[in-house]
Amino acid sequence: MFRNQYDTDVTTWSPAGRLFQVEYAMEAVKQGSAAIGLRSKTHVVLASVNKANNELSSHQKKIFKVDDHIGVAIAGLTADGRVLSRYMRSECINYSYLYESPLPIGRLVVQLADKAQVCTQRSWKRPYGVGLLVGGLDESGAHLYYNCPSGNYFEYQAFAIGSRSQAAKTYLERKFGNFMESSRENLLKDALFALRETLQGEKLTSSNCTVAVVGVGKGEEFQILDKETVQALINEFEIAGEEAPAAADAEDAAPEQGGATEQGATDQGPGNEGAAPMDI
Amino acid sequence: MNMVSSSTPATNMNSLMSSEDNIQRTQYPYVTGTSVVGIKYKDGILLAGDMGASYGSTLRNKTVDRIQPIGKHSLIGASGDISDFQEILRKLNEVILYDNMWDDGNSLGPKEVHNYLTRLIYNRRNKFDPLWNSIVLGGVKNGQKYLGMVSMIGVHFEDNHVATGFGNHLARPILRDEWHENLTFEEGVKLLEKCMRVLLYRDRSAVNKIRVCFLFISNVLNDLLSAFFLHILYSSISLDLRFYGVNAAS
Repeated sequence: MFRNQYDTDVTTWSPAGRLFQVEYAMEAVKQGSAAIGLRSKTHVVLASVNKANNELSSHQKKIFKVDDHIGVAIAGLTADGRVLSRYMRSECINYSYLYESPLPIGRLVVQLADKAQVCTQRSWKRPYGVGLLVGGLDESGAHLYYNCPSGNYFEYQAFAIGSRSQAAKTYLERKFGNFMESSRENLLKDALFALRETLQGEKLTSSNCTVAVVGVGKGEEFQILDKETVQALINEFEIAGEEAPAAADAEDAAPEQGGATEQGATDQGPGNEGAAPMDI
Repeated sequence: MNMVSSSTPATNMNSLMSSEDNIQRTQYPYVTGTSVVGIKYKDGILLAGDMGASYGSTLRNKTVDRIQPIGKHSLIGASGDISDFQEILRKLNEVILYDNMWDDGNSLGPKEVHNYLTRLIYNRRNKFDPLWNSIVLGGVKNGQKYLGMVSMIGVHFEDNHVATGFGNHLARPILRDEWHENLTFEEGVKLLEKCMRVLLYRDRSAVNKIRVCFLFISNVLNDLLSAFFLHILYSSISLDLRFYGVNAAS
């Protein structure tokens, strides 16, 4: 039943210098449905795949607004994600009560990471089983961070977490060179394309994804885009995208769709390879 | 003291153990400073106040700095109890230090410091243990000028010119008549000097040793780093303002 004798407790080291409970928590992040984030100089876009547990149920919310300038996308245990977003909301609101200004996101991320780290060092606690992509703006511009259950955090230009996220990462790695100068629209477009990579044949629609964006300036506060807007974006950018998975399904059925489809089809390659979310 | 006798044993214990009875909530100011006046001028903000501190009605001290820099972007000037002002300075510098320790490119500007002060002062007045000060807060950050005030009970606002204590009655009418947005530095200093002169003549606790401090938008001086410099000027009321030196940079 147990993988070994060193994984019953978060605080127990294995002889190889590993903490298995922490690694299992990181595994929970990989099991969750995918979430991605990317940023330009002025905008951060977060997007997630929504999966319903059951034919009869609706999906769970995966993107949360923390404050006007910060939002998070989560993968892993949604309940843990909600606890952490509530914590972040309360930190933000306290900061603005005290200083009447927005909490710098780098600081929020450090506080969040410290909170997660404590759980890896107390025998009566368990690590949070959730990975958070924290996106937002402050004095020094747009930022995207990944917080993981181990208490580590990293800043990224673009990143993807959750199941089949490797496919999205491959897409983002190929494209991230232009992200810094990207417009809001292009960033949204790349977000949707990257998200599609994680779907593996399934069609990308407004009902199986959530997209949120935050940008510099008034009227660009963090907002989760509504269904109609997302569908309009998908229609605008993704006509080829919708057909690409269909083409992949049909296995070499129609290569006549031209450039966009071809690109979509080749994306599918590394996507399939990276389907087992085990590396890193 | 003798309320114990009328109580039941249980409440006896309570009143004995509780420190509530021994807390002295309302304090009174002992050593006090008088008015501070602040204005915005074309390129920054100017604060003026004398350097006197009175023990009751005795003019006890003549070299008290009642205007101090807070962080990189702000100046604070206080009238009222000097020791309470020292406590405020200690708290503010702790906040600034903590902010600097993040070392992440974010810093507290005058607006943030002003808001923090308001919360601090209002919190203390809610404990019926107020910090007995009227405070002027001025600063410059990202090319934006900021000037505001907080009273000892937490009333706070921003304005183009502000004054505490007697300054409200004697200096602000002058400022309302003569202040305008495009005051040069020299005009600003002259205007403040006029205010301080009236205050010296009419306010018995004012002294003739005036300190004028200012913060300005440094790119006015073609500073490539676009940092803000703090300069402190000394003056006597005899109209000869002297440049004292650069105090803080970056």
